[in-house]
Amino acid sequence: MHQPGRAAEIKAIGIGRNFGTFRALHDLTLDIGRGEFLALLGPSGSGKTTFLMILAGFLPPSAGRLFSDGVDITDRPAELRSAGMVFQGYALFPHMSVEANIAFPLKVRKMAGADIKRRVTDMVERVGLKGHEHKLPSQLSGGQQQRVALARALVFEPGVLLLDEPFSALDKSLRGQMQDEVKRLHEETGTTFVFVTHDQSEALALASRIAIFNHGELLQVGTPQDVYDRPESRFVAEFLGEINMLPLTNVRPDNGSTTGVYEDQTISLRGRHDVSGDAFLAVRPEHMTIRTESAPGENGIAATTTAATYLGSMTKLDLSTRQGTRLSVSVPNEMAARVSGSGNQVWLTWPAERGILLAR
Amino acid sequence: MTRHLSNRTGAALTIAPLLLFLAVAYAWPFLGVVKWSFTLPEPGFGQYRTLVADPLVQSVFLRTMRICIAVTLASVIGAYAIAVVWVRGTPTQRMLAEFCILVPFWISVLTRAFGWVALLSNRGLINTWLQSAGIISEPLALVRNELGVIIGMTHFLIPFAVFPLASAMRSLDDRVLLAARGLGASRTRTFWTVFVPMTASGIIGSALIVFVFALGFFVTPAILGGGRSVMVAELVYLRIFQSPDWGLGAAISVVLVLFVGLLMALLFRYVRPKQLV
Ligand SMILES: Nc1ncnc2c1ncn2[C@@H]1O[C@H](COP(=O)(O)OP(=O)(O)OP(=O)(O)O)[C@@H](O)[C@H]1O
Ligand SMILES: [Mg+2]
Repeated sequence: MHQPGRAAEIKAIGIGRNFGTFRALHDLTLDIGRGEFLALLGPSGSGKTTFLMILAGFLPPSAGRLFSDGVDITDRPAELRSAGMVFQGYALFPHMSVEANIAFPLKVRKMAGADIKRRVTDMVERVGLKGHEHKLPSQLSGGQQQRVALARALVFEPGVLLLDEPFSALDKSLRGQMQDEVKRLHEETGTTFVFVTHDQSEALALASRIAIFNHGELLQVGTPQDVYDRPESRFVAEFLGEINMLPLTNVRPDNGSTTGVYEDQTISLRGRHDVSGDAFLAVRPEHMTIRTESAPGENGIAATTTAATYLGSMTKLDLSTRQGTRLSVSVPNEMAARVSGSGNQVWLTWPAERGILLAR
Repeated sequence: MTRHLSNRTGAALTIAPLLLFLAVAYAWPFLGVVKWSFTLPEPGFGQYRTLVADPLVQSVFLRTMRICIAVTLASVIGAYAIAVVWVRGTPTQRMLAEFCILVPFWISVLTRAFGWVALLSNRGLINTWLQSAGIISEPLALVRNELGVIIGMTHFLIPFAVFPLASAMRSLDDRVLLAARGLGASRTRTFWTVFVPMTASGIIGSALIVFVFALGFFVTPAILGGGRSVMVAELVYLRIFQSPDWGLGAAISVVLVLFVGLLMALLFRYVRPKQLV
């Protein structure tokens, strides 16, 4: 049985889930480390909530096993799993006061009245709900309801806290504030956090690791830097932020590094890759530099500017190459002023180590 | 969603003509009844004084209350169980529940009352079975008394009690129930501390509907009570048609209608009307 206050280590092996003939989750294998802050990221319908429901014990998997601290918990009912859950829409008990909501998990554990009182008071203070203890959920703002949901899920010191799109209903400034708060609660409690989001910037900012889902499959898991800088598929590369994709031909190893051809330019990449022939070269816009003409020996391609969008601190330039590939680059405003006249020929360049080679 | 909608429109269609009929056929004649209660046999409040003082009238009112409360309790509990199956059961269970709710509407109240007599009387099916099985030696008094009336009325009213309950259960967010389980509550605990309190408005609505319907029951108590468990409506009938005491019958009617009006006011005050169907 779980010992309260101790973060859980979770192992999912080959988890699958079908709804009728529809495959919502397929062969998912994932380790969630003790005390880790893992984000499940993916577009709508990719199976994130389904996986969270399986972790919580609300949905049995159609295939695979689930382990918590080495113990098989696949068939363990939800109420015995010690997983706190914050639902999309919070799912507070509408007929109970804030205090009663937070006390609920302690009451069902038959804790002594004085202990409940102490823990609830402490939790109310930690999430900043002092003075609202006797209100009903319907009398609270969205952010306050969110705090009640967090407090209720954390008060019994679960081994893992599961959060399903906890910030999606909040406005932008409140969202930032709640993100900071959740991050602080994670540091304070040391519990394992698993949270679902389809907002990539939120995942990059909060998580210690990100698991990216698409069509019910786990595509890649890694630290934010890993998945952002070293995506293993076109989907991951594009989902995590803007990226320029150049179709390369004739990709082959070339003593220790790799080369490919775009238009009539030879492009080189760091390291050896197991891709050859046709492939995509992906480069993030912030790693590309604009020059008015080419310099010898560096990676680069020619392009013409098609549009400029002023973003305040930067300007976003849209460009097009001779063979029609569309690109975008963020540049300092004064640079943009120099090159953004429509139809201007420019030279785009980037460091070889910033090029990512992806299978076509 | 379509299932949900068709149930609602179905219930609304059952009730709408009833309301229209009530307005046209009852509101106007009722004013005449009010007049009688103050004028027959002579002008004044005489009949209302009799009503308060007459031990027979009082005992009928008391019995009516007793029966209505028992019927309401039994109907709401039974209907709650049916509604849970109807709303949260497997597809087969749902179909079965729907069948049980709708079939009684096709059978006339008289048929059903006599059906119960056949089942419950001294030489009815139940007593015969129990006796031949050697469980009892003397037949149980199941009918021609208050118990029979309560059984028959509960059977009639359960389907009506299901609708407000089912409606409250449908509007309940599944995630709240999951949340309770995830926080450590067992199924039973979740049912009593979350599910039941969150359907309280349905319980109140259902109870008031049954109670109000039960107050005016006539046919079922007349048949299953066997003249020994007279309820208010039957008393009115007896006063007006059997003893020429129109004034008292009218006064009892007026009191009954006022009481029902008060309950309806409560119903609409505490339960959103759209939750009733
Ligand atoms: N109970 C169910 N019955 C049938 N299909 C379901 C059920 N639950 C989920 N699905 C399907 O499984 C797929 C994955 O759903 P899931 O809720 O896990 O997506 P998600 O990644 O959480 O999406 P979102 O970001 O929109 O919340 C969806 O296509 C959904 O329609
Ligand atoms: Mg979801």
